[in-house]
Amino acid sequence: MSGAWLSDAAIARLRLAAELPELGSSRYEVRALLGRGGMGSVYLAHDTGLGRDVAIKVLHDPAPGSALLARLQREARLLARLEHPGIVPIHDLLHLPDGRVAYVMQHVQGARLDQHLAGERGLEARLRVFLKLCESVAFAHDRGVVHRDLKPENVMLGRFGEVLVLDFGVAHAAGEPLERAGTVVGTQRYMAPEQARGEVERIDARSDVHALGRILAGMLAGAEPPANRPLRAIAAKASADDPAARYPSAAALRSDLEAFLSGRPVSALPETPLDRLARLYRRHRVAVWLVAAYLAMRGAVLLTTGR
Amino acid sequence: MAGGDTEIGGRDDRFPSTRMSAVREAASGDEACRQRAIGTLIAAYWKPAYKYVRLRWKADNEQAKDLVQGFFAGALGRATFARYDAGKGSFRTFLRHCLDDHVRDQRDAQRAGKRGGGAAVLSLDFAGAEAELAHLEPRDREDLDACFQREWVRQVFALAVDALRDLCAAQGKQGHFELFRRYDLEPDPGAPPSYAALAAAAGLPVTQVTNHLAWARREFRRLVLDRLRELTGSEAEFREEARALLGITFEEPRP
Ligand SMILES: Nc1ncnc2c1ncn2[C@@H]1O[C@H](COP(=O)(O)OP(=O)(O)O)[C@@H](O)[C@H]1O
Ligand SMILES: [Mg+2]
Repeated sequence: MSGAWLSDAAIARLRLAAELPELGSSRYEVRALLGRGGMGSVYLAHDTGLGRDVAIKVLHDPAPGSALLARLQREARLLARLEHPGIVPIHDLLHLPDGRVAYVMQHVQGARLDQHLAGERGLEARLRVFLKLCESVAFAHDRGVVHRDLKPENVMLGRFGEVLVLDFGVAHAAGEPLERAGTVVGTQRYMAPEQARGEVERIDARSDVHALGRILAGMLAGAEPPANRPLRAIAAKASADDPAARYPSAAALRSDLEAFLSGRPVSALPETPLDRLARLYRRHRVAVWLVAAYLAMRGAVLLTTGR
Repeated sequence: MAGGDTEIGGRDDRFPSTRMSAVREAASGDEACRQRAIGTLIAAYWKPAYKYVRLRWKADNEQAKDLVQGFFAGALGRATFARYDAGKGSFRTFLRHCLDDHVRDQRDAQRAGKRGGGAAVLSLDFAGAEAELAHLEPRDREDLDACFQREWVRQVFALAVDALRDLCAAQGKQGHFELFRRYDLEPDPGAPPSYAALAAAAGLPVTQVTNHLAWARREFRRLVLDRLRELTGSEAEFREEARALLGITFEEPRP
């Protein structure tokens, strides 16, 4: 009645085989599943033409003429418009034989932000990552694009320490039609109250600032040394319930954090004399730390390259 | 939906399949229909059931064989299926509870000096199932619920592989199955073949290899889904299993 016993490894392969998108006679060979989100799966593939690995995002289920289909196509075009070192570069748009659309992007060889944080407790290092994230988001805002689904699962760190924003699947570009009022777009844990209420016409750059605030709060938690009052105030201001109480832009959030890092007062926290004292002490320490870090880096460069 | 997943409004769409739920057919329908449905359920469940009875109830192989025979041949009556409420949980869990009840009843009867009912003998490869026990991992012996589920998945995939082999034979596509076997089912563990290597070995252009593999995978996927459709009692359960097994989610309607 049934054939040979299937090992766990065989089942894993069969599962993947049943799911693998069919790329027909394109120059890409799909190799493995890289990750999965609410909309699609991302596969590692090999570009046989150029001899390099790429990542291909495909929708979960073939449904000709579906809304998701148009969404992926839009996502691809948005990504193409957002050429920036902090946003994953897109290479190609594919039409699969089964009617689905897929896009080809750079294969990021690194960790997702949530995975990265598990192995990086250092506060300064975490903040540097966050600053880069703000920079990329600010760039998207500059181009009229609101991401609407910023969360650690949608951010990756590359091999060279670059921070890449992914997944513009539910992003909105200025001038595009909005969803029907009441549609909830985003991820519960990170979404702004106006998003959770489905007030689609009120969602703007500040909704992304809210998500950034939530991400920052997550990065401060468990950091070493523990985050102090001004830092926590920055995260709280960014993720305030009222959009008007938040930073007006990702760039503003970023510059307040930079002020903190260089020992200047932050806009998120009116200083008490005690705060001021603590800040000045820290400022001094930060300078020492920076010099040490610089010397360590020079040392490392000397050791590895001899230059 | 879990708090960590992206939302894009509600979702509702049916996955097309021609198969009927054997779980529902076993509860009603005419007798011929019912027997066919029970045959389908036995094919998917006897092996997990046998392994489960061996582990959970510490039955030796002869006892386990009798208990499983008795369960599928006798205890799975119309009344049993009528008791199943798809709203309350998966059919798989329900079936496992029925199996526990059956084992308990049989042991009570034995203690009272009664003999178990002389069940019809099903021709199942119990020796094969016994040999497979050796493949179980220590974790399987600790969490028997998960073990029962994993063994069920294994059996569903094995049935789908058999069905694909039969389908290929019937359509003269043995070459397609061979590619599927070499690339997806049993690749050389050291060096999984590239499409180019498979093409060279089969004397086909690479595009043929990709086409044939794509066809076999698509059919395999359909065959797995057909089996899931048969083995689940409701649309919701079917979707749940399809998502768990193949990572398939269902499409939102246009807002
Ligand atoms: N370019 C890439 N390189 C490596 N992994 C990626 C890449 N893009 C996405 N992934 C992985 O796939 C997952 C899902 O991708 P994402 O675009 O977020 O899909 P979704 O829209 O379904 O959430 C990500 O969380 C990440 O782990
Ligand atoms: Mg995502």
